[in-house]
Amino acid sequence: MTESPLTLPEAFSPPSTPLLELRQVSCERDERQLFTRLNLSAYPGDVIQIVGPNGSGKTTLLRALAGINKDYTGEVLWQGHPVSSVAWEYAHDLLYLGHLPGIKKALSPLENLRWYAAVSGAESRSTIYAALEQVGLYGYEETPCYQLSAGQLRRVALARLYLGRARLWILDEPFTAIDKRGAAELETLFARHAEQGGVILLTSHQDLALASLKHLNLLDYQPGCPEGRPQDREGGQGDD
Amino acid sequence: MTEVTVPGSAGGSATTFSMFWATLRRDLLLAIRNRAEMVNPLVFFLIAITMIPLGVSPETKTLAAIAPGLIWVMALLATLLSLDGLFRSDFEDGSLEQMLISPQPLYFTVLAKVMVHWLVTGLPLTLMSPLLGVMLALPSGGYGPLCITLLLGTASMSLIGAVGAALTVALRKGGLLLSLIVMPLYVPVLIFGASAVHNAVLGSVINSQIAVLGAFLALAIVLAPLAAAGALRVSSDG
Amino acid sequence: MAWQWFHRLGSPRWFYEKTQAWLPWLTAITLVLLVVGSIWGLAFAPADAKQGNSYRIIYIHVPAAFLALAGYYIMAISGAIGLIWKMKLPYMVMKSAAPIGAALTFVSLVTGSIWGKPTWGTWWEWDARITSMLILFFLYLGIMALQQAFHSRDTGDKASAILALVGTVNIPIIYKSVDWWYTLHQPATIKFVGESSIHPSMLYPLLIMVIAFYCFYALALLLYTRAEILRRESRTQWVNELVARQAGSVNHDIPVKGGSAV
Repeated sequence: MTESPLTLPEAFSPPSTPLLELRQVSCERDERQLFTRLNLSAYPGDVIQIVGPNGSGKTTLLRALAGINKDYTGEVLWQGHPVSSVAWEYAHDLLYLGHLPGIKKALSPLENLRWYAAVSGAESRSTIYAALEQVGLYGYEETPCYQLSAGQLRRVALARLYLGRARLWILDEPFTAIDKRGAAELETLFARHAEQGGVILLTSHQDLALASLKHLNLLDYQPGCPEGRPQDREGGQGDD
Repeated sequence: MTEVTVPGSAGGSATTFSMFWATLRRDLLLAIRNRAEMVNPLVFFLIAITMIPLGVSPETKTLAAIAPGLIWVMALLATLLSLDGLFRSDFEDGSLEQMLISPQPLYFTVLAKVMVHWLVTGLPLTLMSPLLGVMLALPSGGYGPLCITLLLGTASMSLIGAVGAALTVALRKGGLLLSLIVMPLYVPVLIFGASAVHNAVLGSVINSQIAVLGAFLALAIVLAPLAAAGALRVSSDG
Repeated sequence: MAWQWFHRLGSPRWFYEKTQAWLPWLTAITLVLLVVGSIWGLAFAPADAKQGNSYRIIYIHVPAAFLALAGYYIMAISGAIGLIWKMKLPYMVMKSAAPIGAALTFVSLVTGSIWGKPTWGTWWEWDARITSMLILFFLYLGIMALQQAFHSRDTGDKASAILALVGTVNIPIIYKSVDWWYTLHQPATIKFVGESSIHPSMLYPLLIMVIAFYCFYALALLLYTRAEILRRESRTQWVNELVARQAGSVNHDIPVKGGSAV
């Protein structure tokens, strides 16, 4: 690996190229348009909170950007290249945390994170203990996860944020089941990640107090007004 | 299997390899922690075979004639029943999402999971089959071929079944549907496996059948994880 | 230019409007061929030396069996095109092809069974062809069941397309295996419709019936697909306008909701 994600990204990408860029991204599920022609440029240091009412497509957008579902039209660029052409680099620089924690209850936090480190390509096996300590699970490393509380389980999942060196974090409701102190720590972590040149895209019902926070309201990209004007979506695949 | 560490893990292939081992190791660990579930297909196999003399006839001659086919059919059903959970728990707890977005190829993740599935169902079924052969009065020439064909056949069935399991992963009641879509695909394996045992009992040479079963397995190793990986990407956002 | 045409195929509306003109022609050709083929086959073709008149069921059985298998490949190829080029229309074709193919498979099974009664003296014989047909029928059923199982239609489309593709790899293997299995158990087979043995006077009507069935298949697929297009695109403007136009031409008094908007 020639490119090391640890180095500050400004070093090789001029600030004029956003780290992540969305051009005219539209998403349709079963003939229902969730959002259309979404544009977004995320520069190193940006924390972008995606807002919108339930059902506006927040999770769908995050999952699409993480590459879990590919049902969107438009372009997603990573450092100026289409993600499909730099899929490997993109996947290496991506950390996604969804609604589901991705934790096996029969395994201990240590075993869970070991597998995660191998699958995500993170090389920092030795830092698992440190990460677990950071999220306040010191002493629980070997405890089977079914003995942990919901909040603690969530913390096991959040420990991933301390593990990898991914620059792009995509977090769907990261504050769920986390207590006040934990939330404050998480915000500090976000600020640090932004300072180091990372990008965070997140959804949350919580108001964040981060300096570099931007908002993206999905309501601005709703297709038309809901009644009276059915959009002509004919030929959506081929000719526009 | 002790601690798997890949020193340096600099290149892409090394990390792919370590991912493969990590998944293999994790799934084996999970299988061992959930031992009770592991035993279920074996018990099913045993009970289902016990039903045969009760339902057909306890006569040695009758049983011996149908033993090869019956053991094969029951092994097929036992494999099928165990397949439902192959990706289900990963889907339900979100691990599957992490596999999907991993920079490592999904093919090897699937392969590792299928391998574990075979190690905890196909292999024990094969090891248990001579016992069931005795129960069904299988003639002495059939035991070796039974084990060899089941060894190859259950591996193919795990692989092919993985495609079905991947397709039905997001469906709450996918178990029956899984059987429905996978069973027709098992036909060739069943035909060659059961007939090999049958022929061996009659005293003919069965090299060709075993070769065909081997060819099926080779084909399944190459293609089935690919199809299953594609299926996982599609069906997981149902 | 060829590619432009290909991408237009992705547009259900284009397809719907284009095929409108084909329908009467296709219907006429299908009817003529079916009538000519059946009358020729049932009334004018000579009786078989061994089987007498009972062989005449092949004029339905054989074309149905042909189409059952060809239909599977049509379905699978549509699914593959949908998966590769991410177009909507091929999925609609695939979804329409499944029940038609299953129905034809069923027809060929039933006619095979009816034919079996005078030929073998039993309604069901584990003959290689019939067994293969039965497994093909199961494959169709699986694809249809999988398609309906998902809440999201998009997911159901893609999942069943993958299953159809897996099936295409398997079908030749299944056919060969079943053939081999059959020779193993019944070395002496009753060969009927042997390629060389059929007399031209019996063959020509059969050929006509095969072509007629192909036309019928095309017609059925078109009608099904067009219905599927309307169902899936029912919220688009062009379908609303179409409905408004048709309703207007039938009865001017019915106000059509959404039709006058824009």
